[in-house]
Amino acid sequence: MIRIEHLSVRFKDFHLGTIDFVVEEGQFFVLMGPTGAGKTVLLESIAGLVSLESGRIRIAGVDVTRMPPERRGVGIVYQDQGLFPHMDVRSNIVYGLKFCGAGRAEGQKRLDRLIDLLGIAHLLRRLPVNLSGGEKQRVALARALIVHPHVLLLDEPLSAIDPGFREDLRGALKRLHRASGTTFLMVTHDFGEALTLADRGAVLHRGAIEQAGPIEQIFRAPASLAVAEFVGMKNLFQATVENGRVRLARRTDSAASSGGNHYRHAAIRPEDLVVSRTAPPPENACAYRGTVSAVVGCGFGHEVYVQAEELTFTARLTRRALMDDQICEGADIFISFDPAALHVW
Amino acid sequence: MHRTEPFFWCMLACGLLVGGYIVLPLLELMTSSTAVDLRQSLQDGDVMRSIRLSILTAGAAAGIAFLFGTPLAYLLARYDFRGKRFLEAVIDLPIVIPHPVVGIAFLSIAGRNHWIGQVLQDAGLRLLGSTAGIIAVLTFVGMPFYVHSAKSGFEAVSPRLEKISRSLGASMSGTFVRITLPLAWRSLLSGIIMCGARAISEFGAVVVVAYHPMTAPVLIYERFEGYGLKYSQPVAFWLVSFCLGLFFLLRILALRKPTAT
Repeated sequence: MIRIEHLSVRFKDFHLGTIDFVVEEGQFFVLMGPTGAGKTVLLESIAGLVSLESGRIRIAGVDVTRMPPERRGVGIVYQDQGLFPHMDVRSNIVYGLKFCGAGRAEGQKRLDRLIDLLGIAHLLRRLPVNLSGGEKQRVALARALIVHPHVLLLDEPLSAIDPGFREDLRGALKRLHRASGTTFLMVTHDFGEALTLADRGAVLHRGAIEQAGPIEQIFRAPASLAVAEFVGMKNLFQATVENGRVRLARRTDSAASSGGNHYRHAAIRPEDLVVSRTAPPPENACAYRGTVSAVVGCGFGHEVYVQAEELTFTARLTRRALMDDQICEGADIFISFDPAALHVW
Repeated sequence: MHRTEPFFWCMLACGLLVGGYIVLPLLELMTSSTAVDLRQSLQDGDVMRSIRLSILTAGAAAGIAFLFGTPLAYLLARYDFRGKRFLEAVIDLPIVIPHPVVGIAFLSIAGRNHWIGQVLQDAGLRLLGSTAGIIAVLTFVGMPFYVHSAKSGFEAVSPRLEKISRSLGASMSGTFVRITLPLAWRSLLSGIIMCGARAISEFGAVVVVAYHPMTAPVLIYERFEGYGLKYSQPVAFWLVSFCLGLFFLLRILALRKPTAT
């Protein structure tokens, strides 16, 4: 278990803090946020590699704030793997064994188990320079886990991997987490990755935690504009609530920053919007009449931009839905959504 | 770059000019002595003693630079602290100070009328006219070359590797020995070669602090002053030959690539 209390780190041009959060024993927790949010600094401060300005870090109930990195029981795997280039794969993996007190037989047992789990038996005699990105990351994972750390910190471990191998490595991470029972704390700026791998997480923005909780909740009910933007909420509006009814308006920077009680924010996920040529039933209050301003191909689907009065909606439709309803640029359409899909904060 | 471009020929011409400028005087030096002169010089006890002394004192200076310059170079490569730029400028001073001035500075602190000189002499260490004095000034003039090279070597080792090593249980010193040193050793060896080479060629500071025992550059100068060019050339030939062989071997060692499997 990791307990971070009032953690603050200050560099010449960056301030992280004040950070408070808890990761339960054996949990897979993700720390999300855009580039430059301070995710790596937070990981390195947990590992003892960065000096704190203030705060406390407890790992497995022990206050490790003043402990040197080598005594914390915290492993770290970076995006660029950081394999020792002068050692072959086997020497890299067993590097930490001589410091953790595992005997020869126990060390061999751990090595065999990890190379089996990660499928890297054929790489043992190779130098890191001759490995692919995915292979290097597997070796880095084995090296970090062989010493049986209380906590494994993963700093964007999948971002430097070819997309083709990313899925494989994601599976390997899940297997390792289940098999080792170690607490995993992973940093990522990819929300899709977080949804697949973790149960809980936190979003870090400009050096502070914006929201923490179950991943699904962060995805469905972002607590701030920054989180909403990070989780891909494309339809962000300024909202006014009168007699329990929500009125949407175009978001302006001045309104967003006014911070008063009157103005609030509302968001709808693009996939929750229904675009149709036919008018929705008159009792549906969440419907607008508009014109398609653009249709942009997006992977296997399309993003449809609709201008309705002063509001611009982005809906996500399949190619089939687009063809069936003959939705194209300039078409007059109706856009509607289930009121339950509207998230207001 | 295409060979028909004038820029290519301009660079080639400049390169040949510089190459010729360096090689021609040395070639002349190496070919001007007769075989008989060279054989006689080789059998001359003073010549061999001075070359041996030059190589040993330069080696000792490089060893001292390695021992004390390595921690300093690591400190400069890894940490930012107040006064770092000033410290770097101080380390560079021996490169810009005229070397007889270095000798005079050493004389002024090594004499009986300076407390350091008194302490050294009470400890039985005499710097004036001694091998210890030669090693002291050679270390002084060679140190910046070693520190620069070692610092570049340490800077090239990613601090992230050291962080990972520590997270795996290695202490700071264990990490330095197991990760940093093995990855930076080529630069350290290069620094030792540079420091040693600079030390072997030193004349100005040595001649002030210790005319005797004679190092090879001092002997060459003495032969030139006393007997003329003809008598100094064979000694210079043997000094250049021994140094060339030694540094060539060290360079091969430093540049050898690790075998990849």
